[in-house]
Amino acid sequence: MTSPLTRPRRKNPVLRTRLPNLPPGGRSRVALGLTAAAALGRFELQCCRDCGKVQYPPSEACQVCLSERLQWREQSGAGELLAVTELAHSNDLFFRERLPWRLGMVRLDCAVTVVAHLHGDCAAAGARVRVEAVLDRSGQGVLIAMPDKETAHMADDPQLREFTCDPKYRKVLVTDGRTAVGQAIVHSLIRAGADLIWVGQSEPWKQFPGIEALRTLPQVSLVPLDLSDSEAVSELCAEIGGRVDIVINNAELHRPFGIAARAGIEAARAEMDINYFGLLRLAQGLGPALRARGADGQSSAVAWVNLLSIYALSNYPPHGTFSASKAAALSLAQCLRAEMRPAGVRVINVFPGPIDDEWNQTVLPPKVSAAALATAITRALQQGIEDVFPGDVAQEWLARWRDNPKALERELAG
Amino acid sequence: MSTTLLQLVSELASGAIRVIDLTQTLSPDFPQIALPPEMGQCWPFRIEEISHYDERGPAWYWNNFSCGEHTGTHFDAPAHWVSGRDLPNNTTDTIPVGDLIGPACVIDCSAQAAADADYLLDVATIERWEAVHGRIPPRAWLLMRTDWSKRTDPVAYQNYDETGQHTPGPNAEAVRFLIDERQVIGFGSESIGTDAGQAHYQRPPYPCHYYMHGSGRYGLQCLSNLDLLPPTGAVLICPPLKIRKGSGSPLRVLALVGA
Amino acid sequence: MDKRSARRGYEGVVAVVPITVPYVRYSIRTAHWFLARVLAELIRASGIDKASIDGLCVSSFTLAPDTAIGLTQHLGVSPRWLDHIPLGGASGVVALRRAARAVQCGDAQVVACISGDTNHVDSFRLTLSNFSSFARDAVYPYGAGGPNASFAFLTANYMREFGLERADFGKLCVAQRDNALRYPQALFKRPLGLQEYLDARPIAEPLRLFDCVMPCAGAEGFLVMSADRARSLGLAAVQVLGTIERHNSYPDDPVQVRGGWAMDRDDLYAQAGRGPQDVDLMQAYDDYPVISLMQIEDLGFCQKGEGARFIREHSFTWDGNFPFNTSGGQLSVGQAGAAGGYLGMIEALRQLTDAAADRQVAKAQTALVSGFGMINFDRGLASGAALLGRA
Repeated sequence: MTSPLTRPRRKNPVLRTRLPNLPPGGRSRVALGLTAAAALGRFELQCCRDCGKVQYPPSEACQVCLSERLQWREQSGAGELLAVTELAHSNDLFFRERLPWRLGMVRLDCAVTVVAHLHGDCAAAGARVRVEAVLDRSGQGVLIAMPDKETAHMADDPQLREFTCDPKYRKVLVTDGRTAVGQAIVHSLIRAGADLIWVGQSEPWKQFPGIEALRTLPQVSLVPLDLSDSEAVSELCAEIGGRVDIVINNAELHRPFGIAARAGIEAARAEMDINYFGLLRLAQGLGPALRARGADGQSSAVAWVNLLSIYALSNYPPHGTFSASKAAALSLAQCLRAEMRPAGVRVINVFPGPIDDEWNQTVLPPKVSAAALATAITRALQQGIEDVFPGDVAQEWLARWRDNPKALERELAG
Repeated sequence: MSTTLLQLVSELASGAIRVIDLTQTLSPDFPQIALPPEMGQCWPFRIEEISHYDERGPAWYWNNFSCGEHTGTHFDAPAHWVSGRDLPNNTTDTIPVGDLIGPACVIDCSAQAAADADYLLDVATIERWEAVHGRIPPRAWLLMRTDWSKRTDPVAYQNYDETGQHTPGPNAEAVRFLIDERQVIGFGSESIGTDAGQAHYQRPPYPCHYYMHGSGRYGLQCLSNLDLLPPTGAVLICPPLKIRKGSGSPLRVLALVGA
Repeated sequence: MDKRSARRGYEGVVAVVPITVPYVRYSIRTAHWFLARVLAELIRASGIDKASIDGLCVSSFTLAPDTAIGLTQHLGVSPRWLDHIPLGGASGVVALRRAARAVQCGDAQVVACISGDTNHVDSFRLTLSNFSSFARDAVYPYGAGGPNASFAFLTANYMREFGLERADFGKLCVAQRDNALRYPQALFKRPLGLQEYLDARPIAEPLRLFDCVMPCAGAEGFLVMSADRARSLGLAAVQVLGTIERHNSYPDDPVQVRGGWAMDRDDLYAQAGRGPQDVDLMQAYDDYPVISLMQIEDLGFCQKGEGARFIREHSFTWDGNFPFNTSGGQLSVGQAGAAGGYLGMIEALRQLTDAAADRQVAKAQTALVSGFGMINFDRGLASGAALLGRA
């Protein structure tokens, strides 16, 4: 049975902060299929289109019929735990610091054998388990065997927590508390057990609904933060940088224009200034501090969440400049992901479909509610998912985009 | 050199004439005018370091800054408003530079503004002021002192509620009076506009902008230190940047005050 | 089933001059150095000149970026037959059977089979992280325990399925240590008690310290030539009676409980014309004791699953009723990389030429050498075995 996590004691300031190490990150290219699925929270294995054989580890040909027509298909992960071991020794620094480490050999019902990290609540060999694909701290997909049925405090398993970014007892910066989304994120984090939430507020004289209510929450600390203001960003980062464990950059500026519908670049520039340069400013300000604390105990720095948009994948012309700014932010977020990797800090990109806010007022439903978006973000943190596509529109666009990006571009052009 | 100028510089040197800075410091912290979000927005003042004696420039420090024409303590040219758009010499590069130095009359409305953030200066108040300090001379600046600049907290300075901004300004009759009866060269205020925060609801909306600029007059806003000026006798120096076809510009506003 | 092998035998071919380059825990030398030393010793001990060696067969994990071909220039040899066998624990058996065919068919007259590795302080970790693409993709990221974790699974499963105790494996390990005390090259010089084995520090449960081999540096080698050539050189020779190899056997088994020996053992015995009852000593690849047991079962000494009883009923020292890994095996000698795949072969050659000093198995006529190698993902892929006879 997993012991529930307790609030960490204050850190002893005379002891050196442990430096981050990563688990082995080397993979062959074909094995990155597991990583690609795990980034979405899915467990997929190669399946032969010709003979139907599911195989693992990934390879370039079907091990039965030698077909090259291999497709990654989602798996249930159900299987039987064949054998268990507990490592008391490792040749790798990351695991050496986390011993003992439990592993299992699992026979999946699809007739493949896998080696997997083992959740502490998995019973002895012979037990039914459910294998999931998750990302490890090096950003690579790995398998973890979970108990067949939900157990108490399951998320608090120390091994599982090495793969997730659970906000429980962590300190979070939410960069914009003025919007319904920002406020829903704060409430969701509180429900998830976040310890302290700094909530950014720009132009504090603009009294947006709901923000004053945040001030009354004991976990919340409102801080001045305008991502367009380099000085303000640096100042806040200097102030709280050493303590932030999770950054949720939800600040965005959205004006529903394409090219022709709005003369000049002022609105587009303002979008870029928040959506792209704002991320850059914040990353330059907070990135080094987070990287330094990637292994800082139970509540180490662990994640950076970017609120992007499904429009980042392919331009939605009625919201053309916004799409472009989100595409720029996506590209920068990929750079940030690479730069945070050495510290094991996960960069989570969130690609919602149209959010149910004033800037999408005339967009037809379905739209993502602030609460649903906030829940998706918290769940991504809890499950360690790297790319999140909340809402039906995002899911559909993602499917279309994965199927044929050019076709989606043509469809969006109307 | 004329004896007047010689005397001026001599009294400046001796301190007999003091120079008062009426300018707010330009910084990202100083609030900017805010319009409804779907409209175009004035850029707030922003500053980015180019180098700071570092690898980006080993021996020098400098910054890039960006802002709108109507940021911080700033000057409004007649072309700023639709009513002044067809006037000659209505932009920052063409306005007669002689207009940029002139006498200032300061009407102290600080008590009224403290009592009522939506206070509107009216003709009667101007006439009462004249009864004490004399008639406003032609081509003078009329500066409305409200002590609004002492509100260092941006929230208090902007003073928004759900109905918008609440800051003092002149009413339409007062503006017309100052233009038609007193031939002022411009109107200056301490708050973020020459018009009151709720001037959208006046008739016409934004009367100070509408009439002043429609008559080729100027505006100054976000002034500070008006409490250090005498009601009359100060000379205002307020040249905006020479922006081609500029509608206004941030500027340094100085006042010369005799002993 | 026809018990006769369809394959030709190895008549007239022998293995001679077993050579060991002394093992050391760590070395600053390269694999090239160890392979040069073993070749030099083969030449010295056999009395033939270097130019007469016209076949070369090499196994090594730490020779990279070189392979056998690069080594020819390092060693100044010009063989007309060359092989590089990257089969780890199966290298010795496979080298023997390929060299034997080359000599038998006249492609080479004298083949030097050599195997060796160095061991730097960090070379084991480097070998592990790049062992195979499957290991890199699907094993090493899971705790980087190396083969310990994989064999822990196999051991745990074996114990659960067939009712083994750790003490059963312990009996094998303790016997091998006893044997090692009579083998001067063994790196372990102290006796091992069963309690010490049971109480050792955990490595990857159920594996503890003495279930795991200790990586070291060293080399082994022997020559393969015609029986006539050996006779003319006055060398004590060993006959090759039969051999098998099999790779990736039983791929559908969920977890490995058997190796290729189970598929091919009948053919092995048929080719040799002898049976398990004729075997006087067995040298098995023992990177972990569960693998020793798997070979004992799969090569027909008892049924699958009866290993526990077999162990309890037999003694495994050089003077026991089932002489097993009589030089101590890798568990008590040390694992010098690919040379570990030669260890049993070299000991068998010594036993069958009365060169095993005070651990000599009395009246040894027939030896079984078994190899196992290459945990690619979840199981060892390579298996092989050879029956050798006193010439």
